[in-house]
Amino acid sequence: MNIINIEHIAKLYQVGSEEVHALRDVSLRIDKNEYVAIMGPSGSGKSTLMNMLGCLDTPTSGKYEFNGNNVSAMSDNDLARIRNKEIGFVFQTFNLLPRSDSLHNVELPMIYAGVPSAERKERAKKALENVGLGERIHHKPNELSGGQRQRVAVARALVTRPSIILADEPTGNLDSKTGEEIMSLFNEIHKNGNTIILVTHEEYIADHALRIIRLKDGLIEKDTPVEKRIIPTVKPLYSIS
Amino acid sequence: MKYFLYEIKESLFIALRAIRANKVRSILTMLGIVIGVTSVVVMSTAIKGIDKAFQDGISSMGSDVLYIDKWAWFSNTDWWKIRARKNLTLEDYEKFRSIAKLPIAVAPTLWTNQNIKYEDESLSSIFCTGSTGEYIKTTNFTFASGRFFTDVESNSSRYVAVLGSDIAKSLFPNSNPIDKTIKIGGIDFKVVGALDVQGSFIMGSFNPDKQIYIPIGTVLKHFQSSKQRSITINVRAANPAMVAETKEEAEAVMRQVRGIKFGEESNFSINQQEGIQKSFDSTVGVIQIAGLFITGLSLFVGAIGIMNIMFVSVKERTKEIGIRKAIGATRRSILGQFILESAVICLIGGLIGLGIAIILSKIVNNILPTSIQYDSVVLAILISLITGVIAGFAPAYSAAKMDPVDALRYE
Repeated sequence: MNIINIEHIAKLYQVGSEEVHALRDVSLRIDKNEYVAIMGPSGSGKSTLMNMLGCLDTPTSGKYEFNGNNVSAMSDNDLARIRNKEIGFVFQTFNLLPRSDSLHNVELPMIYAGVPSAERKERAKKALENVGLGERIHHKPNELSGGQRQRVAVARALVTRPSIILADEPTGNLDSKTGEEIMSLFNEIHKNGNTIILVTHEEYIADHALRIIRLKDGLIEKDTPVEKRIIPTVKPLYSIS
Repeated sequence: MKYFLYEIKESLFIALRAIRANKVRSILTMLGIVIGVTSVVVMSTAIKGIDKAFQDGISSMGSDVLYIDKWAWFSNTDWWKIRARKNLTLEDYEKFRSIAKLPIAVAPTLWTNQNIKYEDESLSSIFCTGSTGEYIKTTNFTFASGRFFTDVESNSSRYVAVLGSDIAKSLFPNSNPIDKTIKIGGIDFKVVGALDVQGSFIMGSFNPDKQIYIPIGTVLKHFQSSKQRSITINVRAANPAMVAETKEEAEAVMRQVRGIKFGEESNFSINQQEGIQKSFDSTVGVIQIAGLFITGLSLFVGAIGIMNIMFVSVKERTKEIGIRKAIGATRRSILGQFILESAVICLIGGLIGLGIAIILSKIVNNILPTSIQYDSVVLAILISLITGVIAGFAPAYSAAKMDPVDALRYE
């Protein structure tokens, strides 16, 4: 079954007096439990597509169906609800609340989902344990290493049991060893039946996925399976359940 | 409904977190509202205090008492015309009393300032009112000890005196004044009574607590001639409903007594408490309006300060807003979060202001009898909450309508 079904979407930006076609005509389907990498040079429309997929933005024209719901026609509040329940974001810059500890950061999406306080704490703790941070639940982001921060972000993304994990350059701010660790974590998450969409400009990172979609000038240039998939050598110290 | 309460509760926690995370800024923000609420509460308490003091003071005069006098308390008549009027005399009083039917009590008064002495204690320039035994019936006085002088005593101009509570306290701090002999203007008087605390500071030297009452005959004989100073005739109506009628009769009788022809202007005035009340009310009204304006202004400035800082705060936390929106915060949650943050800051500020106001009014209480009323507590809390919500709305709205993509990109 298709989780994501995109038909002929386009996005037009008005920059001064000039019109910029960030996306011209993109059609795309992503199934459940796929592991997709979206690649492209800067200006290719990669970020715009990611914002569309993440329901942070709506297309100028075309149709976007998410789990059978027509996202392109949704109001701000409905989009917020979709993001809250169906999408787990992992960002390059982690995007944690700097003054809150790991536990509160992971709790946050559940606050907006209306989960009662006790259950929320329980689930957040479990999610942090799953990414190997059971000992760090009361640390604030600036007391954690980059890899640990990204793991908090992963825990936050997973805690609402979303339909897709949307990762935007998740290793971009990490050294290669820590990056490898995070990719290994994604591998585990995928094995557990989750759907992952990875946005990156690095071939090496994209090769961890099963399918690569290449964008150029707002169009899909190539949509191919990965030929030589990289399986992370670093075994994750943690188990995802 | 349940979800709404959940949302309020969670927004409150988020707001408290944000306030704690920015302590210095929160305190500075509060300052404006602290000052605003303090001034509102102190001002309203002070006005209430003045009002209460006045009501206490005026109630000892009685609302059903008329004062026939050469002088008008409130009048548009030219001052020189009034000055040229003939003084009221004891004879006028006697004639008036024998003709007027409606009053239940009529008493002449003539005042003089005298030095008082008892053993080593002496008081200078004390307001002494000379009158008859009937005077007590034109007042609402209550006694701490003793009694008022009788008609017999006043008719025969005995040397007896009744002391106001302050005078009694000053001259006889530790003993009973009754039957003691004091010197008024060098002449011996026997104290027959001492009054309870009656009025308040607001009446100035007319305050019964600071007066001495003696038979009018002794005043005329030793201290004050009615040629130089007009006497005043106090007239009490049977009840407050009869005041108008009694006043009409008094006017007619007095004109007859003084031989004023038809069509001529009266050469006396009939004063009553109502006049004081009116003039007082308009004075307090002015104080109230000025006070409200000034305190309102300080609150307004406080509110602008809060709005200003909330705008800065929203700008500074753009990224945070982006993150919250990305993981599912709706416009309403963001709006609620920032409005609540501003409301909580104001509420805390308001409570601090209230605390300061309570302390201040304790200090003011030494000069002016005040006490914080429940309604000003409620007022302070409401004002600070409303200020917070109003001042927080615009910044919160600007946060709520941010585009999540732009907000996330903000560094």
